[in-house]
Amino acid sequence: MQELLKAEKLNKYFHGPDTVQVLYDISLSICESEFVAIMGKSGCGKSTLLYLLSTLDTEYEGTIDINGTRVTGLNENAMARFRNEYIGFVFQFHYLLPEFTAIENVMLPALKLGNFDHEAVEKNALEKLRRMDMHQHAYKLSGKLSGGQQQRVAIARALINDPTIIMADEPTGNLDSVNTDVVFNIFSQLVQEGNTIITVTHDHDFARKGNRIIEMADGRIKT
Amino acid sequence: MKLPVNLKIMKVHLLSRKRQTIVAMLGVTFGIGMFILMMSFMKGMNDFFEDIMLSVTPDIRIYNDYKTDYSTSVALQYFGGKGNNLVIVRHPRPKQINLNLKNAPGIIRDLQNHSEVEVVSPLLSAQLLFNYGPVQLGAIVDGINVRDEDRLFGLSEKMVSGKPENLLMADNGILLGYKLANKLNVGTGDLVTAVAPSGASLRFRVVGLYKFGIATMDEYKAYVNLTDMQQLLGKSRDYITDIRLKMKNMERAPVHAPTMAKKYGYKADDWETVNASIKAGNLIRDTFTYVLSFTLLLIAGFGIYNIMNMVIIGKMKDIAILKAEGFARKDIVQIFLSQSLIIGFIGSMAGLLLGFLLSYGLSKVPWPEDEWVVIKHFPVNFNTLYYVVGMIFGLLTTGLAGLLPALKASRVDPVAILRG
Ligand SMILES: Nc1ncnc2c1ncn2[C@@H]1O[C@H](COP(=O)(O)OP(=O)(O)OP(=O)(O)O)[C@@H](O)[C@H]1O
Ligand SMILES: [Mg+2]
Repeated sequence: MQELLKAEKLNKYFHGPDTVQVLYDISLSICESEFVAIMGKSGCGKSTLLYLLSTLDTEYEGTIDINGTRVTGLNENAMARFRNEYIGFVFQFHYLLPEFTAIENVMLPALKLGNFDHEAVEKNALEKLRRMDMHQHAYKLSGKLSGGQQQRVAIARALINDPTIIMADEPTGNLDSVNTDVVFNIFSQLVQEGNTIITVTHDHDFARKGNRIIEMADGRIKT
Repeated sequence: MKLPVNLKIMKVHLLSRKRQTIVAMLGVTFGIGMFILMMSFMKGMNDFFEDIMLSVTPDIRIYNDYKTDYSTSVALQYFGGKGNNLVIVRHPRPKQINLNLKNAPGIIRDLQNHSEVEVVSPLLSAQLLFNYGPVQLGAIVDGINVRDEDRLFGLSEKMVSGKPENLLMADNGILLGYKLANKLNVGTGDLVTAVAPSGASLRFRVVGLYKFGIATMDEYKAYVNLTDMQQLLGKSRDYITDIRLKMKNMERAPVHAPTMAKKYGYKADDWETVNASIKAGNLIRDTFTYVLSFTLLLIAGFGIYNIMNMVIIGKMKDIAILKAEGFARKDIVQIFLSQSLIIGFIGSMAGLLLGFLLSYGLSKVPWPEDEWVVIKHFPVNFNTLYYVVGMIFGLLTTGLAGLLPALKASRVDPVAILRG
């Protein structure tokens, strides 16, 4: 299987009043179509690691390669472009733009990418929403949707550019059990379709659906 | 309408807070509107004063300046000053000076052949007294060649009654300012008696009345034929004190005046030097207008700065999301800077319209009745330059005001916000 993401010797420090190290020599590699769950106690550095891998956080030591590209040290513009094209992100909180409709939220990353015209993007976005069973709410303002509905829109948004890797930080952390099940099912389906997914989760049931669980403790990967 | 994605976001942001957007625009609108109004009005005033000034100032005036050079005195010979004798003369006075231009006909002929001179008008001027019963009214009476003078100052356009050429036809004709005529209680066809300082007097027939709209011209001035004036003063036919010139291009007057002064050996003043104070007044008014308008725009700019700052503080989460989706810093700058620029653009356009309407309205307001100034409405200058400058001003201030918050937005660290 082809290696999609490779991280080597990642060290992360936070420089506050005093410097604290939160990640120690993390190396990992993720292959195509893998579903990897990152687990560990609160505060062990899972989110921090995910932000590093997603290129949103650029202040670290070590190297990250995604899809054959060394993203470490890319300039800001290229990094944004890379993120736009290859990475889909789902947050714990649903984080949609409230003044935009659900479908507009889904469309924005694709419009930014600019590979397709407006019409094609809209069609594609509607298709993605349909898969989340959200198409009937497509033209509602995203602020008017329930939490579970918003998270489904957020997943549709993460998928719009057919990213190489989908990264999720506790995507069900803020949802009730019914909505958690819905999101679980969506992720299972995505895995079956061959998507590569890295997710941080506290949920063992969810983690067990994956091919691999990475256990973390105090900024290190447990072996 | 399919806007580029950054502008689409800008549009949604602006429309989602319509009231704030409109208030910010109104600030710019008033700033620009006032700028246009003030500039147009001030320039109108300046033009008006300059017109009046130019209507009575020749481009170049050549005259014999009264010199006070007393380095030699007859007292020395009178007291037989020799060797160590020191003769001090306090308050010396000249015995006799002639203020005329010697060889005036030669100078006039020479000037008439000058390629850049359009009109040459000789003048012999004197302070005369007019008898009105027991009262004597003083006036400066100019002895002129009326055809030259007409070409110099456009006398015929200023006539209330009669024509300037009447001077040539009548014996001892005189043109009076309408106010002077009022005071003397005469009209065209009546006779007035003028007395020279020497005591000689001459009766003139009023052949026309004029109105310049300036008190010095209308109340204290009259025109007679040059020859009549020479006769009244007991001078020869060559005796004149001033030569006034109209240049083909008045802007060239300051260049030619010094060379003429040197060439003929008399003093030559150009209109710009003579009216330096009016020019200074214009400059002060212009500066004042710019400073005031700039202040208004600055306030509008602060308003925009404030609003955009608040908008960005409220939109931290959105900015973080956009960055996570793959929007670069330059996109964020574009999204927020374009909001300020749209506010600036629409606000400025409305301001130009407001400014035009206000100045148009002002140009229709009657000037308060005033016997000293002949003007019917408030003077307004509709120069497109002010509209261009206003637009540039508006875009520049709003652009600057929006740039700082936009840059701040682009520096938002998405991780800090997204981790919650
Ligand atoms: N900005 C910061 N400055 C200093 N320390 C930080 C900062 N952000 C995070 N940390 C620390 O880094 C460590 C890892 O945080 P992180 O958010 O990655 O934990 P986590 O594993 O995701 O926990 P949770 O399961 O609760 O989400 C924590 O100890 C946290 O206190
Ligand atoms: Mg976390």
